[in-house]
Amino acid sequence: MEITVSHYVVLASVLFAIGVYGVITRKNILIVLMCLELMLNSCNLLFVVFSRLYEGATGHVFVLMSVTVAAAEVAVGLAFVVSIYRQKESLDIDLLKLLRG
Amino acid sequence: MSHTVIFYIFSTLAVLGAIMVVSHKNPVSSAVSLVLTLFSTAVLFVLLHAHFIAAIQILIYAGAIMVLFLFTVMFLNIRDSELKFDSMNIPKRMTFLFLFIAVVGFFASKLFSSSPIVFSELRDPENFGTVADVGRSLFSDYLLAFELTSVLVVVAMVGVLVIAKGRES
Repeated sequence: MEITVSHYVVLASVLFAIGVYGVITRKNILIVLMCLELMLNSCNLLFVVFSRLYEGATGHVFVLMSVTVAAAEVAVGLAFVVSIYRQKESLDIDLLKLLRG
Repeated sequence: MSHTVIFYIFSTLAVLGAIMVVSHKNPVSSAVSLVLTLFSTAVLFVLLHAHFIAAIQILIYAGAIMVLFLFTVMFLNIRDSELKFDSMNIPKRMTFLFLFIAVVGFFASKLFSSSPIVFSELRDPENFGTVADVGRSLFSDYLLAFELTSVLVVVAMVGVLVIAKGRES
């Protein structure tokens, strides 16, 4: 069976769905961040697939930008994790309800 | 033919790694599984002639970002007793699981029934996805975006310093 665009799109959507599932169900803040990375990565895969399909470098540039943004996001996110762990002594996201009305 | 075999091997590895990321209790095991997923995706990038992006994926994602994750896990020095909270109740999790399987299955059935474009029939473009190709695009059409990225990185760096340092007391 030949590999078509659909195969890649389905693979990317499966990876994205697993990421969303992790973000919703896990309560460890570190693993929630990792699942966010998983979602970003599946979108990068789609960019590269369609860049190959239309033979332009635009998708590659976009992936480059998104990797940079992901790196910045992880750095800030992990700084928050360290700060939260200092205050709460736990990584449970259910403890973070300071803004609840 | 080899495209098919490599695709199936590494997409299976990627999905397995992703499942292990969401199912492991220990953040260190999750991080190592995530490296597996990122590496498999890099192989798929090579398959799609995106050699530069594959290198970036391994260097920055699997290298720098995951080391940052592991470093934070080590730095926090989490005890096993603190990982007990980490589970939603089973019925809730199962509901979400079935929801996602249904959504993905629906899209998959729609996609496979639509007219497909076969990758092996596409011509092999010359120097597509090389550093020269991506660099030319990056420094001509997307120069402003590229320069703005540096601002983003500086802002993130300063932000991290301010957040992680905490209050003086």
